[in-house]
Amino acid sequence: MKSYDPRINRIDLPVNEDGKEILQEPENWETYEVFHQKKRGEQHVHVGIVHAANPEMALILAKETFGRRRQTVNLWAVKSSQVFATNYDDQDIFETTPGKTYREASEYYCMDKIRKYQQEHGIEDRKEKRRIKKEEDTK
Amino acid sequence: MNYSKQQLAAIKNLLYKIADDQLIIGHRNSEWTGLGPILEEDIAFSSIAQDKIGQSFHVYEILHSLGENDPDTTAFIRKANEYKCCHLVEFPIGEYDFSLVRNFLFNHAEAQRFDMLSGSSFEPLGKLAKKYRGEIKYHTMHSDTWIRQLSQATEESKIRMQRALDDTFNLALGIFEESPEFTTLVEMKVFDGENALRDKWLDVIIPKIESAGLTLPQKNSWKPAYGGRSGKHTEHLLPLINEMSEVFKIDPKAQW
Repeated sequence: MKSYDPRINRIDLPVNEDGKEILQEPENWETYEVFHQKKRGEQHVHVGIVHAANPEMALILAKETFGRRRQTVNLWAVKSSQVFATNYDDQDIFETTPGKTYREASEYYCMDKIRKYQQEHGIEDRKEKRRIKKEEDTK
Repeated sequence: MNYSKQQLAAIKNLLYKIADDQLIIGHRNSEWTGLGPILEEDIAFSSIAQDKIGQSFHVYEILHSLGENDPDTTAFIRKANEYKCCHLVEFPIGEYDFSLVRNFLFNHAEAQRFDMLSGSSFEPLGKLAKKYRGEIKYHTMHSDTWIRQLSQATEESKIRMQRALDDTFNLALGIFEESPEFTTLVEMKVFDGENALRDKWLDVIIPKIESAGLTLPQKNSWKPAYGGRSGKHTEHLLPLINEMSEVFKIDPKAQW
């Protein structure tokens, strides 16, 4: 019977002076960034990377690496080399100039107006209701 | 539905073939766990192996509902000649080229089989076929991707893939060994038979093999490796069963 043991049944490959096989560099292998979508309509969220020889393989491997333990409807794979990033040395560009807090969302007060509008139009404030219920439950 | 003794035997025989193939190839493929070529592939291949064993469990459950032993006992405590798996699934994992080509040929046969069974008059099997459609589809996508990639990558990988296909093809033809009772299954509209399945399988795999740049072995060299379906196995099956059932034989109630 023919053996399938790799130590016995090796293909004849060129060897170097030490008798070791000359291995070719896996030139096509690169990394892909994987984005995961939980439900249709929701945004894809970056979850990690996979190594793959082509985009199709990246998706096949991403499915098991990132999709098997959570609800998934769709995956994206993007070559890491195609991602353009800002430089951490330039992180200071994100700092808000002092005294310009009006640029931040937290500086805007609008809930009073929204509640008033809801009351006037008989719209139920579900978020507020949940908050009150939660408070009562914890008592 | 009430089945005659003969009808029931035919259904059970079909179920054993399906489940034993899944169990044995699942166990074989799990031998790659920790040895896969890259981490991501190790995870994917192990997961596929686990899927197959899970599928076999459900088929053994159907058998249990028809009066056979419980799934664990059926899976682990049978003599080698009571297993109905084909020779293809019994062989050691060899190198990755062999394991991938085996998986490619097996997965497409399984996909076509379950596609045929999704319309089976034997309801539990029809339901199961629908339940596992997505899982098996992924298995075929996985093997298609690797076959395409490795058949066109380097000179070495091309040679290896062609050689693996040449070595494996007759074993794969052994999947389609017809059972004596197949006419009963056809009459009952449970399953259209192995010959019909083989033709569907060939229609699917030939274009894939050709577009990958591989050559299908010449038809006059086709010698299906039959015997498995009637319990005549290769020398590889017994050591596999012994290893697989080691824990169960020591402690049938072991949990982990």
